[in-house]
Amino acid sequence: MISDKSRYDVIVIGGGHAGTEAAAAAARFGAAVALITHNASTIGAMSCNPAIGGLGKGHLVREIDALDGIMARAADLGGIQFRLLNKRKGPAVRGPRAQADRKLYAKAVQEAIFGIENLDVIEGEATDLIVEQGRVTGVILGDGRELTAGSVVLTTGTFLRGLIHIGDKQIRAGRMGEKPADHLSATLERHGLTLGRLKTGTPARLNGKTIDWTVLEMQPGDDDPEPFSLLTKNLPNAQIACGITRTTSETHAIIRSNIHRSPLYGGVIESRGPRYCPSIEDKVVRFADRDSHQVFLEPEGLDDDTVYPNGISTSLPEDVQTAFIRSMPGLENVEIVRPGYAIEYDFVDPRHLTSSLETRAIKGLYLAGQINGTTGYEEAAAQGLIAGLNAARAAAGNEGISPDRADAYIGVMIDDLITHGVSEPYRMFTSRSEYRLSLRVDNADDRLTGKGIEWGCVGAVRTDIHQERQKTLTEWRDRLMEWTLTPQEAGRYGISLNRDGQRRSAFQLLSYPEINAETLISVWPDIANMPKWLRSRLETDAAYAVYLDRQVSDIDTYRRDEMLKLPADIDFTMMPGLSGELRHKLSTVRPATLGQAARIEGITPAALAILAGYASGRRRSQNEANAVDQRVPA
Amino acid sequence: MSNSDTIVALATAPGRSAIAVLRLSGPSTKAILDTLCGNVPEARRASLRRLRNSAGELLDQAVVLYFSSPASFTGEDAAEFHLHGGQAVVSAVLRAILDTGLGRLAEPGEFSRRAFLNGRLDLTAAEGIADLIDAETEAQRQQAMRQLEGSLSETVESWRDRLITAMALTEASLDFSDEGDVPDGLIDEGIAISSAVHTEIVNVLNDGRTGERLRTGFSVAIVGPPNAGKSTLLNRIAGREVAIVSPFAGTTRDAIEVRCDIDGFPVVFVDTAGLRDTEDEIEREGVKRARQRAEAADLILQLHAPDNQSSQISGSETIWPIDVELIAVRTKADISLFPCTVGDANTHADFVISAVTGQGIDDLLLAIKRRISKRTIQAPLITRERHRRALIDTVAHLERISETSSRAINPEFIAEDMRLSLRALGQITGRVGVEHILDKLFSGFCIGK
Repeated sequence: MISDKSRYDVIVIGGGHAGTEAAAAAARFGAAVALITHNASTIGAMSCNPAIGGLGKGHLVREIDALDGIMARAADLGGIQFRLLNKRKGPAVRGPRAQADRKLYAKAVQEAIFGIENLDVIEGEATDLIVEQGRVTGVILGDGRELTAGSVVLTTGTFLRGLIHIGDKQIRAGRMGEKPADHLSATLERHGLTLGRLKTGTPARLNGKTIDWTVLEMQPGDDDPEPFSLLTKNLPNAQIACGITRTTSETHAIIRSNIHRSPLYGGVIESRGPRYCPSIEDKVVRFADRDSHQVFLEPEGLDDDTVYPNGISTSLPEDVQTAFIRSMPGLENVEIVRPGYAIEYDFVDPRHLTSSLETRAIKGLYLAGQINGTTGYEEAAAQGLIAGLNAARAAAGNEGISPDRADAYIGVMIDDLITHGVSEPYRMFTSRSEYRLSLRVDNADDRLTGKGIEWGCVGAVRTDIHQERQKTLTEWRDRLMEWTLTPQEAGRYGISLNRDGQRRSAFQLLSYPEINAETLISVWPDIANMPKWLRSRLETDAAYAVYLDRQVSDIDTYRRDEMLKLPADIDFTMMPGLSGELRHKLSTVRPATLGQAARIEGITPAALAILAGYASGRRRSQNEANAVDQRVPA
Repeated sequence: MSNSDTIVALATAPGRSAIAVLRLSGPSTKAILDTLCGNVPEARRASLRRLRNSAGELLDQAVVLYFSSPASFTGEDAAEFHLHGGQAVVSAVLRAILDTGLGRLAEPGEFSRRAFLNGRLDLTAAEGIADLIDAETEAQRQQAMRQLEGSLSETVESWRDRLITAMALTEASLDFSDEGDVPDGLIDEGIAISSAVHTEIVNVLNDGRTGERLRTGFSVAIVGPPNAGKSTLLNRIAGREVAIVSPFAGTTRDAIEVRCDIDGFPVVFVDTAGLRDTEDEIEREGVKRARQRAEAADLILQLHAPDNQSSQISGSETIWPIDVELIAVRTKADISLFPCTVGDANTHADFVISAVTGQGIDDLLLAIKRRISKRTIQAPLITRERHRRALIDTVAHLERISETSSRAINPEFIAEDMRLSLRALGQITGRVGVEHILDKLFSGFCIGK
């Protein structure tokens, strides 16, 4: 729905993965929402690789789905190759990933956005924010129009003073061929937000018709593809395979002899890029002993010949790109559709944000996605959802919400960002989550949908499904705990247990590696009626039980410290007994809780003991100080 | 005790000395310097100043050092007065400082505590300094210095570093298994590293608690039948009268402790009640306690007085647990009617002494020192119960890794136990964050498609 209204509860600037989730979440809460984008046809665009999910990122997609977001459903509608990564490893580290048809994915996102009644899409450039007495009240568009709003969500992606590098060529752009956003940076800085520069890159795009696929190893999708969304019944598209080629010693020689023409190595680009997504020139220089790197050739669509060569992002000049790409098997005669490039852009130090992703400097202004120093569609979308929901809640006078580290990877990410800031684009990894065994892709709905219903971002359809699932889960779990047998009885069913006379429950039996739900059907035939998703879910819970029990007590401790709130107006610069460095760190991060303060790099137990004196929600300050002191030494 | 007070204390040993150092720390440091010296000397520069009290009387000519916050030992404004070391001078200057009303005498260890509170010391270093202050003997001082300079930190740092590597290898195979550059089998490499660390920590934990002993002193129990000369021996070693010595059996009912310095080793001698059967209820309790103390001691001196009726040992034989270290000593050589030498099958004595004449005492002390130093040949690493607990925790998690890996189940459990072991170890060295793991991982593998 496109209109010319000028008053909104929430205005979202940007139509990427963060912006669309933010707008949709705000709308689900019931807010009147405007989404401002340069060009409505770029809504849902995948600027870089045509894939959703992966290790760590797959968790985020499932969590977005659990909060009724749109990314998972769009990926199911656009997906053309589904794979569950780490299938042979444990359930906690599995990551669903889908190769997507660029056009189908964008179409799914656009249909979702355009289908929301209380959401207007406005084409135009948001040139400035209207800020009155430290609170954002609206947005000024490039054509001079002014829109007013209760809250604003800013999702600028790589557009904030975006600068593209290809060799020594520099282009001011937000994406190739699209205008950057140059004005907003100054506004943000004027209000006391600290900006920095980050860098990312993308590889050249290839014409698939000119690739010799016959010489390439092919990687197919899974035989039984699993959708991202709980609401998806069928995956509509045919599944394709990807090709795998490798860089050769010739590739490396070409790159090495032209390294001086790379803006990365010529000193033109000084901002930090992600270490886990290095350019090919980085790989060749930093890992000089490797003579070859894998390159995945990923088709960008079912009716699109464009191929995304995953693994060779670069900012080398076009002629060098052509030369090194053609030195790889299968690509000898390849035609380059579009050169790769590096892009530098502004981001805001996320330590200026609260856990609801609102800036402390400008009330009512929420930031999500690359502007917060992250990288990746999934990271952006997850933040967008939380920022959009909070923007809508704030506009309606509700308090801010955020999942915590024990709820979700989203909570881990937000806490990492606001506590540690970033030194390189932040990407999700499963290893970032200390409660990894508890936060799995198979229990995202269990962890979050109930909260989402409470927070007001889950629609009626999912609410019904969720309640039904929870009922089934509880019933079966109780049943499996109640049903018990002795080792002697088990022996009669061919299950051999230690003959200690101890009765064991069906749930306990599931924790044995050689016993699964199928095995137990012979004992308790009812188990045959257990839904498939629930079988694997309970098998995992049982197998993890020992570790999960310990995590429960760790989580209790963590949440106890999160209950100890530090006053928002606390003046760390005047706090006696703290070193200058710590005062500075604390003033930058402004931890909201004693727990968050404890996670700040370099905090001392003594400093925590002092901070504990200021915390509310405690019974006896000295006890708390001692407790913190013992738990978190130096 | 507030940190806003300015504190003062004598930093050197009391008594006559060439120089005595008075230390001052807190917000009123400058004001006090101004009052005594007439101005505030340039920071971090030795300045010669005439010190006067508020009445204008000249107290001393001293070298004065001023340290401006935060670049001082405590992190606060601080100063040192290097005075001529006479009791009168020190008292006069101290009084002058206190008379300003701006400062008070420091509590024991308060300077270190402030340094710690201001983040100038980490926990290990602070504990090292606390021990340094408490160090009564040379061996304790050396250990405190070792800890401060990081022999503990270095070892633990190496374990930490290797466990980070182990975890990076494991995490690489979990978080980046889809990467071309990440080979299979990394988890096995990780497990090999963690099990080597496991073994090393277990070895260090089996050090007989020498480190803690060096802090608190080795205990040597003096036992024997009543009137065997235990108290007399203790008095001889201590060089003063500490226990009540009387010729009547059963004089010492409670254990009496004397802390001594034997060639740099702190030793606590415990004089126990005479071990004998008795009807006296109080004495019986004393005997029971004596036995307990003796069994808990690092070394037992079993004393026998000569029975002047024969060369045989008098009294009933005391039976000790097999693992007790024991030195058999025959006392009262001066009044023995039967000449007796060491190694004599009848006496069963390792030493023959006389606490009255001093015969054999030096040899006995030398033997005690040898027994103790034998246990400290390897510099002990663990000097704090807190460290020991953290290492025991670490080992518990590492132990589970070997169990889990032998059953070849979920690699995420191995990663979880590595994470927990690093968290436990972090109680000594400071936290290990996921960034440490990722740093290691990204520097080792070419990650990124």
